[in-house]
This record gives sequence, structure tokens and C-alpha cells, in this order.
Amino acid sequence: MKLLHLIFIEILQVLIVIFAAPAFVGWVDMLKCWSQGRTSAGVMQQYRNIAKLFVKDVVMANNASWIFRFTPYLVFSTGVMVASVIPIISTNLFLAPSADIIVLIGIFATARFFIALASLDIGTAFGGMGASREMMIASLTEPAMLMAIFTVSLTGGSTSLLHIVRAFTSGVVVVRPSIMFASIAFALVVIAEAGRVPVDNPSTHLELTMVHEAMILEYSGRHLALIEWGAMIKFFLFVTLGIACFLPWGIAATDDLVSIVISVFLMVVKLIVAGSVLVLIETGMAKMRLFRLTEFLGAAFLMSTLGLIFFFILE
Amino acid sequence: MNLQLLAQINSFLAALVLLSAFAMLSQRKINGLVTLFAWQGLFLSINTAVVGYVAAKHHLYISSLLTLSIKVILLPYILHVLVVRLKIKKEMETIVNIPTMMMIGIALVLFSYKLTAPVREMSTLITRSTLAVALATVMIGLLMMITRKHAVTQIIGFLAMENGLFFAATSATYGMPLVVELGVALDVLIAAFIFGIFFFQISTTFDSLSVKQMESLREDN
Amino acid sequence: MTLLILIITPLAASLILAFIGNRRFAPEINIFCSMLTFTAGIALALDVYRNGQIITGEKFFFVDAFSVYLTVLTSFVSMTTAVFSLRYMQREREHGRVGRRRMRFYHAMFQLFIFAMLLCLLANNIGVLWIAMELATLSTVLLVSLYRTPNAIEAAWKYFILCGVGISQALFGTVLLYFAAEKIIGEGGEALLWTNLIEVSGRLEPTILSLAFVFLVVGYGTKVGLVPLHNWLPDAHSEGPTPISAVLSGLLLNVALYALVRFKVLVDGSTHTHYAGNIMMGFGIVSMLVASFSILRQRDIKRMFSYSSIEHMGIATFAFGLGGSIATFGALLHMLMHSLTKSSIFFTVGHTCQMHQTQEIAKIKGLFKGDPFVGWTLMFGSMAIAGMPPFGIFTSEFLILTAAIKDVPMLVPFILIGLVAAFAGLLRKVQYMVTGDVPSYSKSIQAARAPVILHMSLVLILAFYIPNFLNKWFQTAVELLK
Repeated sequence: MKLLHLIFIEILQVLIVIFAAPAFVGWVDMLKCWSQGRTSAGVMQQYRNIAKLFVKDVVMANNASWIFRFTPYLVFSTGVMVASVIPIISTNLFLAPSADIIVLIGIFATARFFIALASLDIGTAFGGMGASREMMIASLTEPAMLMAIFTVSLTGGSTSLLHIVRAFTSGVVVVRPSIMFASIAFALVVIAEAGRVPVDNPSTHLELTMVHEAMILEYSGRHLALIEWGAMIKFFLFVTLGIACFLPWGIAATDDLVSIVISVFLMVVKLIVAGSVLVLIETGMAKMRLFRLTEFLGAAFLMSTLGLIFFFILE
Repeated sequence: MNLQLLAQINSFLAALVLLSAFAMLSQRKINGLVTLFAWQGLFLSINTAVVGYVAAKHHLYISSLLTLSIKVILLPYILHVLVVRLKIKKEMETIVNIPTMMMIGIALVLFSYKLTAPVREMSTLITRSTLAVALATVMIGLLMMITRKHAVTQIIGFLAMENGLFFAATSATYGMPLVVELGVALDVLIAAFIFGIFFFQISTTFDSLSVKQMESLREDN
Repeated sequence: MTLLILIITPLAASLILAFIGNRRFAPEINIFCSMLTFTAGIALALDVYRNGQIITGEKFFFVDAFSVYLTVLTSFVSMTTAVFSLRYMQREREHGRVGRRRMRFYHAMFQLFIFAMLLCLLANNIGVLWIAMELATLSTVLLVSLYRTPNAIEAAWKYFILCGVGISQALFGTVLLYFAAEKIIGEGGEALLWTNLIEVSGRLEPTILSLAFVFLVVGYGTKVGLVPLHNWLPDAHSEGPTPISAVLSGLLLNVALYALVRFKVLVDGSTHTHYAGNIMMGFGIVSMLVASFSILRQRDIKRMFSYSSIEHMGIATFAFGLGGSIATFGALLHMLMHSLTKSSIFFTVGHTCQMHQTQEIAKIKGLFKGDPFVGWTLMFGSMAIAGMPPFGIFTSEFLILTAAIKDVPMLVPFILIGLVAAFAGLLRKVQYMVTGDVPSYSKSIQAARAPVILHMSLVLILAFYIPNFLNKWFQTAVELLK
């Protein structure tokens, strides 16, 4: 009985992630439209986009290799894999002990690596440009993210997310400088990783300003659908990772139905709030020029390192 | 309010003071620098009041008010007026680029942590761990003075150093006796007036406030 | 009572002169107030001589043999400088280099500077010592830039920034010292009082005090002009008006060294090793060598003599660091001789520059023929400062060298090299200036003779004969500084 219960929670979480991710991105887009005084297309628009793409034909270049065909499936499945590990609605995930935070980061890195390879695969100029920019941003965000994660792990006592969440939810509310700084750094990193303004504008149509979009210019049909969906899942997962590390209260510790329902409800509330904050940042700032990104991400690295230092100095 | 929470608030404010020091290090605009300096003064005065409450030392409340009036209100106002009157250009360059300076800043934080270890072992105060942050603020102020080419930035670096020293006094010994605190505040005020006068002198003689042109007094000319 | 008069007079004078400092009789008021201060200083000295050290004002003031000696020296030299300043600034006024408002400012700041130095010497509270030192710097910063030339402003700016940075480090050192003292003495103002600190110096935590001393040496050492923190000194001492150069070189360096020595006594009392003394010796020797060799490269006469100040302060720091009766006696004597000689030289240099309207050595010539008084006093002054007998500096340097040969024979060759280099540099350049024909652009001036004659004769007499009271003073001070 217990095992079935756990499997049920696990599958429920994965399904929620897969099907709620486009809704989350839809919510963010809707807010952005509202803040700019336009009428939005509704929360369901991303579902419609994906459905539309699935029906279309795939058009591939003649010299595309297996990497090009393989990457969309890889991207989607890495998203699903990580979704099964992060405690979003419950800490009783039976797959969770198989991976800790650092492995998660590595999995996302694999996905990014393959997208970059796929964009280089065909040999177009924009693909190469997008790949190089993406890798540059990655080389700056990885240290910042890792530092923030180290701070969180040191505070929680382990790198396994389950332990961290349990440690945070069981303690008293504390005003810790290290966690504050790590959370700010993490927020900046999320913006960079998910490709939002001010790092990258997801709705741009000018190829020379693209970073992520430039890498997937050649994709079409169901491949594009999978990649887009994968990107949405990645965005969703990063936000929920942040919530799990820094705002973990409400995640179900037991596995009875009531706490699961409450935890789902709280998750929705937190995501709505997180989306609004993100939109505030996006609307308030303009997209940065590429060389300014070093300062932006350098600031993120600084914050996370300071958080780590403060852990040792002040606590 | 229990002691634990107040100690955490103290640490939190210390972290904010150091953060504002780093932000000053990476700031390009002069108005931004002045605003950040005002924020640093604000965090410092709140911290002094909290420490005064924790240690039950009432002269720290007076120090906190003094810091508030001088470093949060008076000095930023003077600096702002100077920037406007002298028509200073809003942006300035640095000698070393900003990410490198941030790395050096982090190294300085670690160095000051190492340096204040003997004090930390001996101290019985709640605020003993913030002495490292205070010394780091002093060193970052020093770094700011060395690596900038503009006279206003050098002065703000100097004032940030004074902030760090005041903070060090609060962390190591719950503040110096009131006489000394008043004297130091008086010195800071006089220094403020002097550098105000200085800016006008420099500006009228050199037509700009870049420090680069003030390097002519050497042996080989 | 005497002490109060001593402190209040310069402060009151500063306030008065702030309003009337540009009138015709303002310099006379300046001289009169300085004389009052000097008389009060002598009275205080007699008091200490008869009754031993004084602690008054609810332990706010502390006067022992060391501080009263420097107090008398300070008030004396400021009095003679005020006399010199009368003629000198009159000339500057006539040339239009200084306006009316600046004269008021100059006189007011002059007296404020004296007040700050006296407060520094007489305060018992080490926090007040710091405040007074900072005040002394701040009061002279704008005086250095009095002439508003680009060089003067640059010199004042460097002075402000470098000394400000340095003295902030000294404040951190003071905080650390207070921290260590609080553990033993208890919280509150008592832990900052020198009298309490010296009693418990054996029980203060050595690690904290060593750390504190590093900061203190950097801080107060900047004001003494120790290499490598000396960059402000040649500029500030050469660009200001000559009376200010005289008091900066002659007096402020002494007061900063006084503060450093006080702390050295505390720290060495706590660590029971020679830690602080060794640091001071190191800095002293390096300063001396660097300064001596820099003298050879100078083209500006005031800069040259400023480097000579750095050199002599290096010797004094070395001697105080060495410790022991002979070296300390020599160091105290050296402070006295250097003050008198250096201020007298700056008076003479002031006259020279006014005659030739330039500070460049290459353009100054023919002093013997042009104005024999100025020429000969410059010659004698330079001989004195270079350490030639029969002048006083020779005596003090001899004593210091004797002590050095006994305790640290390996360092003596370096000291000698430094002395020789300075000697050669100074005399070669001065010889060039005093001989030769009078250049066409030279003007004659009326020199202020009294101060120079007074100082030089004192230097000459004290080289041979140290009066009894002075001897007793020094002995008591040496005992205190053990």
C-alpha cells in the first residue's frame, strides 16, 4: 500500500510539472501583456502553440545528423527526469534519493550541451552565434548557481534536496544573511538560465539579439514542440527549485491526501507570486548588451559568494 | 525580543553594510555612489541602535542618532549639492575593471576574517563576528580610493572607511566612550567642509575633478 | 590652572584672529598669544619639575616629563615662527600672493594648529589623542593650498588623502587597544586613559596588542613620515607658506613620534619582547636610507629639506625603537635639536625664496654676496642639519650611534651610509647656492633675524652644555620610556 502511495505521488508530481509548465509560462506572458497595456492571449495560449506545432511537418536540413534528431527528445526527457527529483508537492518522492542538487545541475547542463551541439550541427551562422553566447552565459551562471547551492547545502546539512527541505521546514524562522544573499543570487541566475529579460528576450524576432532562440531556429514541427515544451519545463523547474530551497514551507511531509492537496494549492499560489515578481523585473529592466552581462552575472556570483562567506563569518 | 533574534538582525545589517560597500565598488554613476553611501549610513545607524538595545548602553543611541544625521542626511546632501554646483560629469571610469575589483573585494573579506581571528577568540560580545565585516568595509573603502580616478569617488571611499571604523568600534567594544565618538564625528564634519572647499579649489584650478592631472609633483620633473 | 591657560590661549587666539586676522596688528596679536602660551608652558614645566607628573581635569590631562618637554618645545618654536611669520607674510601680502580673507584664515588656523598639537601632547585619553592629531592635520590642509597654484592644490590633496587614510588605520589600532584594555580595566572611559593602561600593560593580551601596534604604526607612522608612507611629506612641506613648513617639519612630526613612542611602551610592556621596538627600528632605518638617497636627486630647495626631515625622523624612530638609556636620551635630544635647526633652516629658506622668487636650487645663487646674513645662516644651518660638529645634531647622532654599536652593530654601517649620503647631498647643493655671483632677478629683503639667531645659538650651546634642568628632564623621560 505504502509503495503504491509513493508511486502515485511521484507520477502525480511529474504529470503536474509537465502539464502545468505551459500554464506557468502563459501566466507570465499574460502579466507581461497586462503590464504593457495590451490584451493578452490567455493562459492557455502556450498549450495551443504546442498543439499546433505537433501537427505540423518536420523539415530538416539534408546534412542534419542524429544529434539534431535526438536533441529534442533529450531535452524533454531531462526535464521529466528532474521533475521527478525536486520536491514540489511532497518530500516523499521515492526517486528523489537518486540525485542531489549537483546532479540536477549536471542534467540541465547536459541538455544545454546537446542543444548547443544541435545548433552547430547544421552549420548555420546564427546557430553558431547562439551556441557561443549561450555557452558564455552558462560559464558565468554555473559558478554563481553552484555557490548559492553550496550555501543552501551547508545550511541544510546535505546536498540532497529532501534533507534541505526537511531541515528548513522543521527549524524556526531565521533571518539568515547567507540565505538572503543566496536567494537573490539564485533569482538572478534563474533569469539568466531561463532566458528572460534582461539576459535574453524570448519574444524577439531579431536574430542578432537572440541567444536561446538562435539555437533552435532550424527546428520545426514536433521537434520544435518538444524543445519549446522542454524549455518551459526547465523554467518551471528552476522556479520550483528556488521555492524548494528558499520558501519550502507547505511542501507535504506526510503522504496523506489532505496535505498533498494543500501543498498543490500552496504551490500554485507561490508560482503565481513568483511569476508576478519575474514580470516586474522583466518590465522594469531593458535587455542588457551582451558585454554587460558579465557585470550582471558577476554581481550574481558576488552575492552568492558573499552568502557563502557570511555563512562562515556570521553564523 | 529575544537575544537570538537581535543577534541575527545584527548579522543581517552587517551583511547589508558589506553589500553596500561592494555595490559602491562596482558603481559607475556618482549619484548612485552618494545614494549607496547614504544607505550604508542608514544600515549602520540602525545596527548601532540595535547593539545599544542589546548591550543596554544608552550612549549608543546618541551615536546612532549622530550617525543618522551626519552620514545619512547631512553628508549626502552636501555631496549632492557639490555634484550639482560643480557640474560634474555623471559617469566615471575605473582603473581596474569591475569584476576584477569584486574578486579583490572578496579576497579582502577573507583576509580581514583571518586577521581578526585573535579578537574573535577573546571577545565575549554578541557582535564579535561582525568585526571581520567592519575591517573588510575599511579595506574596501581603501580599495575604492586607490582604484578610482575621480576626486569625489576618493572622498566617498574615505567616508566609507570612516563608516567601517565606526562599525569596528561598535563590534569590538560596544562603541567607544561618548567623548571619543563625538570627537570623531566632529572630525568627520570638519573633513567634510574641507573637502567641499577643496572641490571648488580643484575645479577652479584644474577645470575638472580627475585626479590624474594631480600627479605632477615628482622628483624627475 | 596653568594647564588650562596653556590650552585655552591658542584656541581663544584662533577665534579672535578668525575675525580680525587681516588687520595691520594681527601678526602682533599672533606673536603675543604665542608668547602667552610659551610662558604658560614654562610655568607648567616648572610645576612638573618640582612636583613630578600631574594628572588633572578628572584624569583628562596627563603631564609627565616627556610631554612637558615637548610642550615647551612646541610653544617655543611656534612663538619664534610667529615672529618670523610677521615679516614673511607681510612680504607675501605686498606681493599680492595672499589676500585679506586668506590672512585671517592663515592666522586663525595657525593658532588652531598649535591648540591641536598641545591637546595631543597633554591628553590622557588615547581617543582624544587621535582626535587632536586628526584636528592638527585638518587645520593645516587648507593652509598648504593657501597659494592656490596647481602644485599647492595637488600637495594639499595628497596630504589630505594620505594622512586621512593613515590616521584611520590608527583609529582602528586604538579600537583594538581599547578592546584589549576593556578586558582588564573594565568598560567605559577608564580603559582609554594612558595612566591606567601603563599600569596594566603587563596583563594586556599580547596578540591583540601586536595586531593593534601594526595599525598604529601605519597610522601614526604616516604622520611621522616613515617610508613607505611618506609620499605626502615633501609635497606638503614644500608647497605651503614657509612658516607652515617650519611648524609642520619642526613640530608636527615630533608630536606624531611622541604618540608612536607612547604606544610602543605599552605594547612592549605587554608582549615582554622587543616586538614594537624592532618594527620601529626597521621603519626608522629604511626611512633614513631612502630619504638620504632622495636628497641627492632634489631640485627644489624646500623638498630637499623635507627629505632631510624624513631622514632625521627616521633616525629618531630608530633610536626610540632601539630603547635603552643612551639611545632614548639621544632620541630626545635629537627631537629638540632637529626642531630648532629645521625651523631655523626653513626661516632662512623662506628668506632665500623671497629674495629669488623661486624655489629651484638651480636658480638660487650668490647668497654670500647678496645677503651675507641669509647666506651664512643657510650655510651653518645646513652644516648643523647634516650632523657636523660643533652643532647639536652631531651630539645626538653620536649618542645614538654609540648605543647602536653596542646593541645592533650590524646596522651601524647602514646608518653611517645614510648619514654620509645626506651630508654630501645637502652640502653640495647648499654650497652651490651660497657661492657665486648674485643673479639679476634677486631682490633684497629685510630678514627676520631674531628667530634664526636664537635657534642657532641654542643649537650651538646645547651641543656642549646641557643645563641641569634639561638633563634631569631627559633622565626622567628616559626612565618613563623604559
